[in-house]
Amino acid sequence: MTEHTTSDRSASGPTATERTAGTGTDGIPGRFGPFGGRYVPEALIPALEELDEARQKAMVDPDFLAELERLHRTYTGRPSIITEVPRFAAHAGGARIVLKREDLNHTGSHKINNVIAQALLTKRMGKTRVIAETGAGQHGVATATAAALMGLECTVYMGRVDTERQALNVARMKMLGATVVAVEHGSATLKDAINEALRDWVTNVETTHYLIGTVTGPHPFPEMVRDFHRIIGVEARAQVLELTGRLPDAVIACVGGGSNAMGIFHRFIEDEGVRLVGVEAGGEGVETGRHAARFASASPGVLHGAMSYLMQDEDGQTVESHSISAGLDYPSVGPEHSWLRDSGRAEYRYATDEKVMRAFELLCRTEGIIPALESAHALAGALEVGRELGPDGLILVNLSGRGDKDMHTAAEWFGLVDDGGEGTSDEGARPAAPRRPANGVGLVDDGGEDTSDEGARPAAPRRPANGVGLVDEGER
Amino acid sequence: MSAVTATGLGVTDVLARCKAEGRAALVGYLPVGFPTVEGSIRAMVAMVEAGVDIVEIGVPYSDPVMDGPVIQAAASTALAGGVRTDDVYRAAAAVRAAGAPPLVMSYWNLVLKRGVERFARDLAAAGGAGLITPDLIPEEAADWIAASDTHGLDRVFLIAPSSTEERLTKVTSACRGFVYAAATMGVTGTRESVDSHAPALVHRARTVSPVPVCVGIGVSSRAQAAEIASWADGVIVGTALVRCLAEHAELSDGIAALRSLTAELAAGVREGDR
Repeated sequence: MTEHTTSDRSASGPTATERTAGTGTDGIPGRFGPFGGRYVPEALIPALEELDEARQKAMVDPDFLAELERLHRTYTGRPSIITEVPRFAAHAGGARIVLKREDLNHTGSHKINNVIAQALLTKRMGKTRVIAETGAGQHGVATATAAALMGLECTVYMGRVDTERQALNVARMKMLGATVVAVEHGSATLKDAINEALRDWVTNVETTHYLIGTVTGPHPFPEMVRDFHRIIGVEARAQVLELTGRLPDAVIACVGGGSNAMGIFHRFIEDEGVRLVGVEAGGEGVETGRHAARFASASPGVLHGAMSYLMQDEDGQTVESHSISAGLDYPSVGPEHSWLRDSGRAEYRYATDEKVMRAFELLCRTEGIIPALESAHALAGALEVGRELGPDGLILVNLSGRGDKDMHTAAEWFGLVDDGGEGTSDEGARPAAPRRPANGVGLVDDGGEDTSDEGARPAAPRRPANGVGLVDEGER
Repeated sequence: MSAVTATGLGVTDVLARCKAEGRAALVGYLPVGFPTVEGSIRAMVAMVEAGVDIVEIGVPYSDPVMDGPVIQAAASTALAGGVRTDDVYRAAAAVRAAGAPPLVMSYWNLVLKRGVERFARDLAAAGGAGLITPDLIPEEAADWIAASDTHGLDRVFLIAPSSTEERLTKVTSACRGFVYAAATMGVTGTRESVDSHAPALVHRARTVSPVPVCVGIGVSSRAQAAEIASWADGVIVGTALVRCLAEHAELSDGIAALRSLTAELAAGVREGDR
């Protein structure tokens, strides 16, 4: 079966036949139905217009596309493979499940696709500095990586809470030469990191590009970041056709801001028989209020430059989200997802922390693949959708990242110690009390405290690594 | 056009009166709810009594991306204290009663959530003069432009040193009352010296539009106010006034400091070399 076309190899950039954002009813570019737009201070408008022009030119410039293709092939590691996971699928009603292995990309997630492209754009625009926000740290690591590769100065904003739960990624960013700023304001998570990045950008916009890591923010970011991740779906569609001879019944991805989901969904939008399923973070349960299931509870509003579904109170103040996975812990969602949802083209469900951790463990134990906690939401969704589809079903899941960064969280959740091999049962609910606290037993030796610039440095680092107070990673 | 304008207390009238007096207007910003709702209203009234011509009433917001640390902290305190959007109408009515036009400064989602038409109606009913919208550009403002026309409210959009001529034309033509020149790239906060880009920005705005230009640039002293008053129609002061309240544990001490700084700034805008 060779239905996939050669034109798909141009990876980035939608073809003319496909639905793109286009122009809204009122003539404003960057609208997806009523969602999206540009709700930003006037000071940023020239930079957004410059960026829009630069990316439109780049997307039809053979030199840019060739350079991007070369970097993806020789640096990112594209195309990423697909892996069929029958032992995992046996727990999903017998449906066939195929994973798109974005976890195998350089830096460990899909984030690098967008970052490499935006870093190239930064250089084309003559800017010398990039800033980024990060939740789980994956986008920050990818940005620090691209900045190192291309000789750009890099500052990454990260909520204090996230620097603590993703200490390893903080160390990676610093090792790559980035400055990591721990943001203390508000809930000290991803949304506050974005606020601080926007404040930096509005101050330094002349020299600085804000390398937004997901499909949100003011136009052109949602459209541009989607286009840079579109390669995921382009490759996966061809690979699934080659493997199975048909299109999948459902494509499933986790949705925080929603970049990996837009990346794998977009090529399939015109395949109307293919269900597009986004899985949000159900946290401790929607009824508890501690979640990030925007579509289950929220209403449209404006945050960080875009109109989209937003967790907000009666007055429009942003309500704090919650998820076990830092990468999904965001109170709004990319505007194109809001449109795909309201127009009925995509469906969204959520998975609670509990279900996510079961899916996480199941993939580890049945397939030898440790997924990111974010991606484990998509796996939890696949277990449900698989049971709904039955044995004839074929599901494509975007495994957007790998779980190395989540070992601390997993160790705490499962109470892992030396004898961690017992907790294999599907019904393995969260242990009431971990056998021993993972912290301090040698499984994770950084303890998560050592993340801030002024944070406690190890009393005697083996080597002072530039004096940046890097976490002392014994095992590496 | 509106009843407000007819009474001589519109923003346009106040700016015209100041111009006739050969001086710039003093625009003072305080967020409602800081340190408490009652305290903030008392402070706003005191500011009018001490010489502010126009009061900019801030609505505290959870994600104030245009504000620096001082106003962010005040907003957090106000929100933690339970301030609601409704409180802004009470503040507007009090400022109006004290004799100055109240302009509300609100991030857009708070207006959107209440409903643009309802927000405008309620604001006009409370005696509000209009709205300053730091994260709304005219292209996204069709609903607000319609509602402000219906209710006779002023519309203050922002310009920045990065604004192109085309943008300046577009933004100033959408403004009524004045255009807010955020004359330094960056967030709110006091600055030691006046950015050299600022007079150029005001000049560029004046070449494309007759609308008055008020300048927000981190002013904290009489001398700075005088300097800006020599080339702008109004001097907007925020952070330095908020700091008066933030630095005093007792509200009465904070208000005394506020009166004293306001009087200094009011003297400053009368000393501009025009």
